[in-house]
Amino acid sequence: MLLTKAEQDMLSGREGHATKKCMEILVALGDIYGARKLVKVSSVQVSGVSYKNLGDAGIEFLSELADDGRARVKTTLNPAGMDLTNWQAQGIDEGFASKQLRVIEAFRRLGVEISCTCTPYLAGNKPAFGEHIAWGESSAVAYANSVLGARTNREGGPSALAASLTGLTPLYGYHLDENRVPTLIIDVTAQLKSPEDFSAMGYFVGKKAGNGAPFFHGVKRAGIEELKTLSAALASSGGVAMYHIEGVTPEAKTKPDGLEVLSFSQRDLEETAAGLNDGGSPDFISVGCPHCSLEEVATIARMLRGRRVAREFWICCSRRVKLQSDRRGYTRLVEASGARFACDTCMVVAPIEDLGFKVVATNSAKAVHYLRNGGLQARFWPLEKCVEEATKPK
Amino acid sequence: MMLKGRIIYKGTAEGDALVASHPISFYGGVDPETGDIIERDHELRGESLVGRVLVFPYGKGSTVGSYILYRLAKKGLAPAAIINEKCETIVAVGAIISSIPCVDRIDISKVKPGARIRIKGGVVRF
Repeated sequence: MLLTKAEQDMLSGREGHATKKCMEILVALGDIYGARKLVKVSSVQVSGVSYKNLGDAGIEFLSELADDGRARVKTTLNPAGMDLTNWQAQGIDEGFASKQLRVIEAFRRLGVEISCTCTPYLAGNKPAFGEHIAWGESSAVAYANSVLGARTNREGGPSALAASLTGLTPLYGYHLDENRVPTLIIDVTAQLKSPEDFSAMGYFVGKKAGNGAPFFHGVKRAGIEELKTLSAALASSGGVAMYHIEGVTPEAKTKPDGLEVLSFSQRDLEETAAGLNDGGSPDFISVGCPHCSLEEVATIARMLRGRRVAREFWICCSRRVKLQSDRRGYTRLVEASGARFACDTCMVVAPIEDLGFKVVATNSAKAVHYLRNGGLQARFWPLEKCVEEATKPK
Repeated sequence: MMLKGRIIYKGTAEGDALVASHPISFYGGVDPETGDIIERDHELRGESLVGRVLVFPYGKGSTVGSYILYRLAKKGLAPAAIINEKCETIVAVGAIISSIPCVDRIDISKVKPGARIRIKGGVVRF
């Protein structure tokens, strides 16, 4: 790979140990994936924040980097394993909490914004069309490439951090035009009526598309809520980093010829949704995977007005959306019902299996996927049904 | 025999070969407290990778796996070196942050399990 003089200096250790390690990571990845050079990034999203996933090794690594490393570009964080201010009420034990706070402290020293959300694009980190970025968090990667038209590969925690601390990433994969084209056509004949239908579709298509870039034909409209849950599902059952929706996403051209065509019918939709349902009565209900938008919080607040919830009910969102919700009076309505905001975290990265829950209801196919991996039973319901069920007496 | 590969993380190492023909997931597949391979149905299940030259096609699973290698290295439980057919992000990043010599583009079918292996730069001898 061709390095500039300044980049060679960074690699040689002239700018400190952290910068050197980060450059070693970027150069090795560039060589592995055939990059010709490094490119400047404007934004980084770092995954690998929950202590549940990082462990003590992660803390050590981050603390060591923070000794002389600093973020050089706007850098935001994925959700942590708990609400950073309200963890006691969530039932998180002190041992876990103190470790999690050490992780956060290391990120703070690194100059990273403690945003703790999987929807940075709803919380002040929204790159423009065509910008090179280095994002972790698979759902945000798919959203950034597909919906925003920014350019990122699927970064892991350390490679995203390496980009943050150097302001650079190797130029390969989704940074290049030729890799952003569709590889498979999805002919959608199902009636998509809710974000949950998009979630189920993403889960179905992700399995078939693998690492490819599906092109959806026949989707009439899709808003932020539909696109964020579609992105999450495509990236959890598969490894999709980019997709196109004809008439909706910015890089979707007219339907390409010569590609394999797969259909997504009403029956596929119904079967996928049924397959995400394990049965059982939920003892825990959680929405916001990816983190809720303000509009979703508004819907929940309207439904909970004057009612009480009978089961543990978490509304996962970024602190930014929670603040907006405070100002608009939604928070008061939600909390009066006994439901709980879970900021900075979610049902996937919090240690909820240790909180004693067995059956979890959610409106996200991605959440179902990871909850099942954690040994829990799941129900996949639309947002409105999740709220209704939360208020039903046990 | 001598095989030449590509350096992912440079260094010199010596150890007995622990060879897998299937990919390894470090996150969930290796016990970070002991260095034992614990992945269900894996051919190396029950083996310890501590101090061995770990030979496998490529890594798989969560990118958090890089941190597992780091954790092993901090405890002195890391493999002496890693040899891959085709290194990917998880193993490459793990080897770099943990300073574990790592070489790829090696025909791993030529490496005999248990053989004493010496690695220097991109050259593998046994």
